[in-house]
Amino acid sequence: MNEIDISLVDWSRAQFALTAIYHWLFVPLTLGLSFIMAITESIYVRTGNEEWKKMTKFWMKLFGINFVIGAATGIILEFEFGTNWSNYSWIVGDIFGAPLAVEGIMAFFLESTFIVVMFFGWNKVSKGFHLLSTWLVAVGSNLSALWILVANGWMNYPVGMEFNPETARSEMVSFWDLVLSPYSVNKFLHTVSSSYVVAALFVVGVSSWFLLKGRHVLLAKRSIMVASVFGLISALFVALTGDGSAYHVAQKQPAKLAAIEGLYEGQEGAGLVLFGVLRDSRNFNAESNYHFKVEIPGLLSLLGYRDANAYVPGMRDLIYGNKIRGIEGVHEKMEKGRLAVTSLAEYKAARKKGDNVGAEAALATFREFYNYIGYGYIDDPESIIPPIPLTFYSFHIMVALGFYFILLFAILLFFMIKKKLEGKKWLLRVALLSIPLGYLSSQLGWVVAELGRQPWAIQDILPVHKATSHLDTSAVIVTFILFAVLFTALLIAEIRIMTRAIKNGPKE
Amino acid sequence: MFKPFRILYRIYVDGFRNIGITGKSLLIVLAVKLFIMFAILKIFFFPNFLKQNFDNDAERSDHVINQITNTK
Repeated sequence: MNEIDISLVDWSRAQFALTAIYHWLFVPLTLGLSFIMAITESIYVRTGNEEWKKMTKFWMKLFGINFVIGAATGIILEFEFGTNWSNYSWIVGDIFGAPLAVEGIMAFFLESTFIVVMFFGWNKVSKGFHLLSTWLVAVGSNLSALWILVANGWMNYPVGMEFNPETARSEMVSFWDLVLSPYSVNKFLHTVSSSYVVAALFVVGVSSWFLLKGRHVLLAKRSIMVASVFGLISALFVALTGDGSAYHVAQKQPAKLAAIEGLYEGQEGAGLVLFGVLRDSRNFNAESNYHFKVEIPGLLSLLGYRDANAYVPGMRDLIYGNKIRGIEGVHEKMEKGRLAVTSLAEYKAARKKGDNVGAEAALATFREFYNYIGYGYIDDPESIIPPIPLTFYSFHIMVALGFYFILLFAILLFFMIKKKLEGKKWLLRVALLSIPLGYLSSQLGWVVAELGRQPWAIQDILPVHKATSHLDTSAVIVTFILFAVLFTALLIAEIRIMTRAIKNGPKE
Repeated sequence: MFKPFRILYRIYVDGFRNIGITGKSLLIVLAVKLFIMFAILKIFFFPNFLKQNFDNDAERSDHVINQITNTK
């Protein structure tokens, strides 16, 4: 009963990944398109030009389709927490409770009032109040994302909490440490700005299609202008916050950094791999783990430690330790982790017997080694390194796409300003084909973040296999298939309704 | 009724009354989806594991402690 079947862990992981991936197909467009609508409506209110109103209503319609189809897909993740991840949910319940409650209340008020005013309130409320509602929808939906991302950031960098050995729950000791954790703040900014890029690519792509078909030309050109400026600023901000992510990951999750950068041997002045092909990726003692690579010298040290000569620990350092550099190996951490685990058991046993002295002594040991407790469940030191090829390639493709988007928005703007965009059919086709690339890069970002966190559910505290409930694996497989069918049906419905709405275009 | 609430009520009623074909399709998708999620998935496939198997928080705590103090 006590040993967890590893296939159960993997199926639970797969199920969560599937639902999170599908959920995230809907979210970025909601986050970004809401601001694009707010901008176009602001221009309408300022100029009184009905063309801007028509444009706003058109993008609002596409926003509505995405919003309704995507609504509540995230709730499935909460179902899974209670069923598949009961140990984890119990342990983090007090931490996640507050941010998720704020998110729930905010979403309820937002959706039941301002979204309704935004969709149905044209000509029923004043222009100013309607515009305010549109902006509140944009700000509110982004703030909703804040609470979820704070919770996710906490899993990567648990702060502001203390573990209560009586209840087995992590209790919040500082709400502001949790909310203002630099890791979480940066994660929020990086994630929402990358969502703006996805939405800008969507607007630019759909508008390019209109231009290629010679339909709704004015609306398309104005939309491309707004979305390109919005997208360019957002894409540059994504690069800036990506730099912040590299810095925080280097400080808090060095194994993740080493995996996504394919850094096996620690180095001073470590280079950033621009392009490379891995080989024999789990052999940590191989002479080389690359078929070939091209790197920029010193850049990884600079990004991770703000010093081009800084030492960046490699995977070998993190697994086996490096005394010269003061890096603890996993074996030492495993010993400390086991002390934390056994002292917790001793504490509970002493409390049951009424042995207060024994309980105090065990509690002191537990507190001393609590930060290593996760390592007490690790059997193989090499397992603290996340899957390397998937994180490595996902990261590099994501970054390459990020720079491609900057270039694309800049070129679109250039030809827009030169009034030559309509004649550049190749560019319009490239913009149209770039819509799925935005989604791809956004999903790859999550692959890097979540796969790169493995084997931890909570960094250094709780490995995934200890977070799982004892369920029948076949039940998880059944629900995995059900979700795959349900979400695929929803996605097909979204694409069909969306493409129909795009083909119909704005109302004349 | 307080005026802002009356306006909001009218917006709701008029909005849903005059909804187009796309809006109707979306509402059907939404209703079916919520039914599947809450009336089928939640009830039959996603019970809360700890609530279902243990009577009170003390038992749930003990269970989780047993889980995390077992290193296998």
